[in-house]
Amino acid sequence: MRRLGILALLVTLLAPGVALAVQPDEILTDPKLEARARDLSRELRCMVCQNQSIDDSDAPLARDLRLLVRQRLEAGDSDSQVLDFLVARYGEFVLLKPRLEWHTLLLWGLAPAALLAGGIGLLLMARRRRSISLQAPALTSDEQKRLATLVDPGAPER
Amino acid sequence: MIPELGHYALVLALALSVVQAFVPMIGAFYRDGALMRLANSTALMQFLFVALSFAALTTSYVTSDFSVANVYENSHSMMPLIYKFTSTWGNHEGSMLLWVLILALFGAAVAAFGGNLPATLKAHVLAVQSWIATSFYLFILLTSNPFLRLPQAPFEGRDLNPILQDIGLAIHPPLLYLGYVGFSIAFSFAIAALIEGRIDAAWARWVRPWTLAAWMALTVGIAMGSYWAYYELGWGGYWFWDPVENASLMPWLAGTALLHSAVVMEKRNALKIWTLLLAILAFSLSLIGTFLVRSGVLTSVHTFASDPSRGVFILAILVFFIGGGLTLFAWRAPLLKQGGLFAPISREGALVFNNLFLTTACLTVFVGTLYPLALEALTGEKISVGAPFFNLTFAPLFVPLLCAMPFGPLLAWKRGDLPGAAQRLMAAFGAALVAVAATFMAQGAHSVLAPFGIGLALFVMVGALVDLVERTGLFRLPLTAVRGRAAGLPRSAWGTAVAHFGMGLTLLGIVCVSAWASEKIVALKPSQHVSLAGYDLTFDGLVQRNGPNFRELVAHFTVRRGGVALGEMEPAKRTFTSRSMSTTEASLMTRGVSQLYLSLGDSNDDGSVAVRLYYKPLVLLVWLGAVVMMLGGALSLSDRRLRVGAPKPAAKSVLQPAE
Repeated sequence: MRRLGILALLVTLLAPGVALAVQPDEILTDPKLEARARDLSRELRCMVCQNQSIDDSDAPLARDLRLLVRQRLEAGDSDSQVLDFLVARYGEFVLLKPRLEWHTLLLWGLAPAALLAGGIGLLLMARRRRSISLQAPALTSDEQKRLATLVDPGAPER
Repeated sequence: MIPELGHYALVLALALSVVQAFVPMIGAFYRDGALMRLANSTALMQFLFVALSFAALTTSYVTSDFSVANVYENSHSMMPLIYKFTSTWGNHEGSMLLWVLILALFGAAVAAFGGNLPATLKAHVLAVQSWIATSFYLFILLTSNPFLRLPQAPFEGRDLNPILQDIGLAIHPPLLYLGYVGFSIAFSFAIAALIEGRIDAAWARWVRPWTLAAWMALTVGIAMGSYWAYYELGWGGYWFWDPVENASLMPWLAGTALLHSAVVMEKRNALKIWTLLLAILAFSLSLIGTFLVRSGVLTSVHTFASDPSRGVFILAILVFFIGGGLTLFAWRAPLLKQGGLFAPISREGALVFNNLFLTTACLTVFVGTLYPLALEALTGEKISVGAPFFNLTFAPLFVPLLCAMPFGPLLAWKRGDLPGAAQRLMAAFGAALVAVAATFMAQGAHSVLAPFGIGLALFVMVGALVDLVERTGLFRLPLTAVRGRAAGLPRSAWGTAVAHFGMGLTLLGIVCVSAWASEKIVALKPSQHVSLAGYDLTFDGLVQRNGPNFRELVAHFTVRRGGVALGEMEPAKRTFTSRSMSTTEASLMTRGVSQLYLSLGDSNDDGSVAVRLYYKPLVLLVWLGAVVMMLGGALSLSDRRLRVGAPKPAAKSVLQPAE
């Protein structure tokens, strides 16, 4: 839970703990594995929090998950194996970046599709406009007359 | 007595608002000047009554009148006066009252300063403004009344949520609301134009100052909230892609797009329909933001369904204004005449490009924020959409946008010269290349994104200055001539350059922090050290202190660099007894625009305490950039052309020095 809306805070009244997210005793001795663990932690949701990754959260569940991730890494799992393991156990809800599947198609596809459609639409419009008239429409005979008087004040007035 | 007066004032404001919602429109229909002018008085009086109402609630808070339920829930007699004052809007009911206060303020401002508006347009604008006001007065009075009394006044209040007892959060909501509600003016103008079926370049000139003012407040408001999250939540992040943040980012993106498209409309009489649509969308997104935060729908779709009275009310408001606005748009917009042809490569073209990417970015945030809610409501399936998703989808949209940014102001209206503009941007390309090369040399090749991020930031910043340098003749002309030209340059040109430069600063901050922030998490015993990024911190010990309404455990650290003591840092943990909640108070040490960030964790049995230490290079630029953007907006707002009620400038009297 967090920021801007104070507001949501008040609505939920979920008290934030004060403990740190990642505790010193969790950290793996192998810095490479630890870095991978941190990266994975940022992709995983603390499921009892509002939109917080387990890397940020100080909830006990988040700690359990962090330890679990580290256990799997130490056991030699690849990153995607760790994620698969957690999804199998907790469902897709645990991923902060949903996988591309049928039910997330719109989520991933809508904005790119809109950008593409908008871009193509604008290009077509520009082409059509160019073919219609980038040169201004011809002057009417009235306008011609007024122009003539403006250019040559000696010509017959109005 | 005072709360009852406040309640009554609010009811009176509602009555005035209902009058203002209909009478001026009838006046506009029959071309009756007196009926139309009525809106001026009602708008001013509405503001007066809402202000009274707000003052009454504030008084109840400041005097700790716990017989008022709202005060009892959210205040405490021991709280420092400033937080008693700010807790007026630190809760649902009070913040809605603040919302309508700002709405009434904007309405009154239109009434007072809109003297140069055509009478019917003004009448329509104020009427539409009153439709919004009426619905929100009703919302407050029917579902969220802040003036309800308790039958028996408790002896003590339940205190404000401790993490809200902070000056950052005291100023943040009013700024954010100024932004949200400011877009209501653009919305009202758009609806009024649709009702009248007439829109021209002058319309854009009237709308732009209001939009600009709202945008400025929103920019700083978002930055403020982000800085608050950074220092208050204790883990040093500044943007979390939380739905509540996204709710404020969406109107900002739409509003930024609106500002740019309104320029095209004002100067070239083009993009009228699109500008109208953006005006409707910007305010619709503000309403959606209010809905997301206020209805509780974010916590869970189920809590929303179990106590739906407020949520459903706001939803009805949403459907009415967004649905109504868009329907009116679909019906009337085709009647408006389009004007102003332009080639794709032109100032207009650049602004259209800007709009395409900003609105797509806005759509990305919109989909990411609402998709999980919609999916759960429709299928019951639960998914999470968080920072990794947005980083992947949102950031790439800003790359082309920022690459194109320096080009825009250099292109001519109607038909621009792209190679020419590129040539003039040589200095910016040069700066960017040097930055990329220097970063690669300094850090090695382990990240490709960071050097290019730095390069892009410099390109944007130097590019923003190129236009100014050229137009003032700096480095080319003698200094006196430069000064004369600088004074003659329209303020809006300065504003553009400054705001674009600010965007570059923010980007520079974001890139540096993302790429080179370092972190250490350790457990320390007294007199032990921790060092990071060349700084050495000694843990001197823990002390217990008492605040007005909290107790705190303070850790004392001495910071040294190269053996020289630089100062002390005192991160703390506060425990608020009344709510038995605690907060971390991170300690920050600012070095230039970089910061050391220290926050405290649990103490262990062996006498050690867990600490988290960060070094955040150039982090302050993230927010300073936003402040600079706001200043750019202010410069632009001070432009004579935009000043509300300013007479037309006299025939060009500023002499341009000969080339």
